[in-house]
Amino acid sequence: MSEAAILSVERMVAGYEPGLPIVNGASIHAARGEIVALLGPNGAGKSTLIKAVAGLAALTSGEVRFDGKDLTGMPAHMRIREGLAFAPQNENVFATMSVDDNLRLAAGFLPSARRASRIAAMYDAFPDLARQRGLLAGRLSGGQRQMLAIARALLAEPKALMLDEPSAGLSPKFVEFVFAKLADIRNSGVTIVLVEQNTRAALALADRAYVLVQGRNRHEGEARALRDDPTIAALYLGGVETEGVA
Amino acid sequence: MNPQVVVDGLINGALIGLGAIGVTLTYSILRFANFAHGEFITFGAYAAMAIAGGVATLVVGSDAGLGALSISPALILAAPLAMALTAGFALALDRILFARLRGASESISIVMASFGASMAIRAAIEFVFTSRPAYFTRDLQIARPIAFGLKATPNQIALLIVAGVLMVGVHLLLSRTQIGRAMRAVSENPALARAAGVDVDMTIRFAWALGGALASAAGVMLGLLVQIRPFMGFDLLLPLFAAAILGGIGSVPGAFAGALVIGLGEALTVQLAGAEWRAAVAFLVLIAVLLIRPSGMAGRPA
Repeated sequence: MSEAAILSVERMVAGYEPGLPIVNGASIHAARGEIVALLGPNGAGKSTLIKAVAGLAALTSGEVRFDGKDLTGMPAHMRIREGLAFAPQNENVFATMSVDDNLRLAAGFLPSARRASRIAAMYDAFPDLARQRGLLAGRLSGGQRQMLAIARALLAEPKALMLDEPSAGLSPKFVEFVFAKLADIRNSGVTIVLVEQNTRAALALADRAYVLVQGRNRHEGEARALRDDPTIAALYLGGVETEGVA
Repeated sequence: MNPQVVVDGLINGALIGLGAIGVTLTYSILRFANFAHGEFITFGAYAAMAIAGGVATLVVGSDAGLGALSISPALILAAPLAMALTAGFALALDRILFARLRGASESISIVMASFGASMAIRAAIEFVFTSRPAYFTRDLQIARPIAFGLKATPNQIALLIVAGVLMVGVHLLLSRTQIGRAMRAVSENPALARAAGVDVDMTIRFAWALGGALASAAGVMLGLLVQIRPFMGFDLLLPLFAAAILGGIGSVPGAFAGALVIGLGEALTVQLAGAEWRAAVAFLVLIAVLLIRPSGMAGRPA
């Protein structure tokens, strides 16, 4: 299993302030082309874990390997060049910049010959964005912002995409739309790691899932098995859908 | 009212604008008010004077004014070099002082450090060049009629054009180029900028260099129009901040606009109330903006 893993996180301790770890020894793996969901109550360290993988939260100890490389100590802006993309939850687009400038910014490190074609590819994949390309991203609806955040993350053709609560604040119809897009993205060969409060939707989409509690692994397994597990259902599935709309 | 205030106000505003861009960039990207920015202006002026002096010793006659201008070929060569030198100076100050304090301490420590740097740089300049005012040229410039009964000296017209070109250049840089998008991105959301592949440290260094270079251009302008003194930049600090805040801190076009308002306001005040009231204008504008619309003309609510 871990031989095929494109992303592996081993015994991660990470947080924002020294001495106050939020992730406390969690380990996760994602195989190529897999969708992995990270679930758990608020404050379980799910978001912090993927932020630390993205290089945006401080890693105290543990190991992060991606596509055969040790990412420990690699600056965040270099990780996207390695093919590891991250779309944060809040403030996921540059609100004071146009849709087009958001994408151009993300294309900045590509060879100049590829920039225009990749931006065009994103407009093909997200026609809504193409129609709004001159608009300030801050004026997009919540769903369109999420689309832009995903398009921005996919722009450089990453091997893996990490998303922090892509369903937060979206209407149920749009959640369905976003999750369908994520399935398409995976079908194109991209590995997806998804942090979600909307446990039911996440387990319906994912292949495997981890449940984190207090920064440590509590449960893990096939998404289908977790969905049918009465303990998991009682602990994490009841009422979580309303929490997802925070 | 004498319409001549428009010329004086525009020139004054252009000069403040060049300085205010650096203030607004530093504030929006590094999130602190850099009180040493005035010293970049002073440093730039003295650097240009020293370089122009050196060139004039090497090339006889290169310190004579060009045509109707009292700006010499030596100074025209020296000004861009001084801008590059001041950019390097701003980078060095960041490396030696501000970079050490970033992240580790509260932002008030950085502001205080910049205040200390301001005093230290000013004292060092005074030590090297003395406090006696210096001049790029002793030539007298006669104002000539231009249009609508307005008069301007050839130097004023030339500097207004140079300042306009620099401002348009900065605007295009920020709106059309990758480094410009990166600066806007870092000022809005540094973490997201990193995730999008922006090298934030490199972007910060670019912002310092750009702010330093433009401050140096303001210093050369001020030196040509008035004189070169160790306090020249420090005395301009309040108008710089007033312009940046009036324009909406972080907004470069806002800083241009704010600077023009302050520049015209100062010129008008000198004519209507007397030169001793000039310094009050920036104060009054600052207080009024902070009371009425703290986010400034172009700013977004904090």
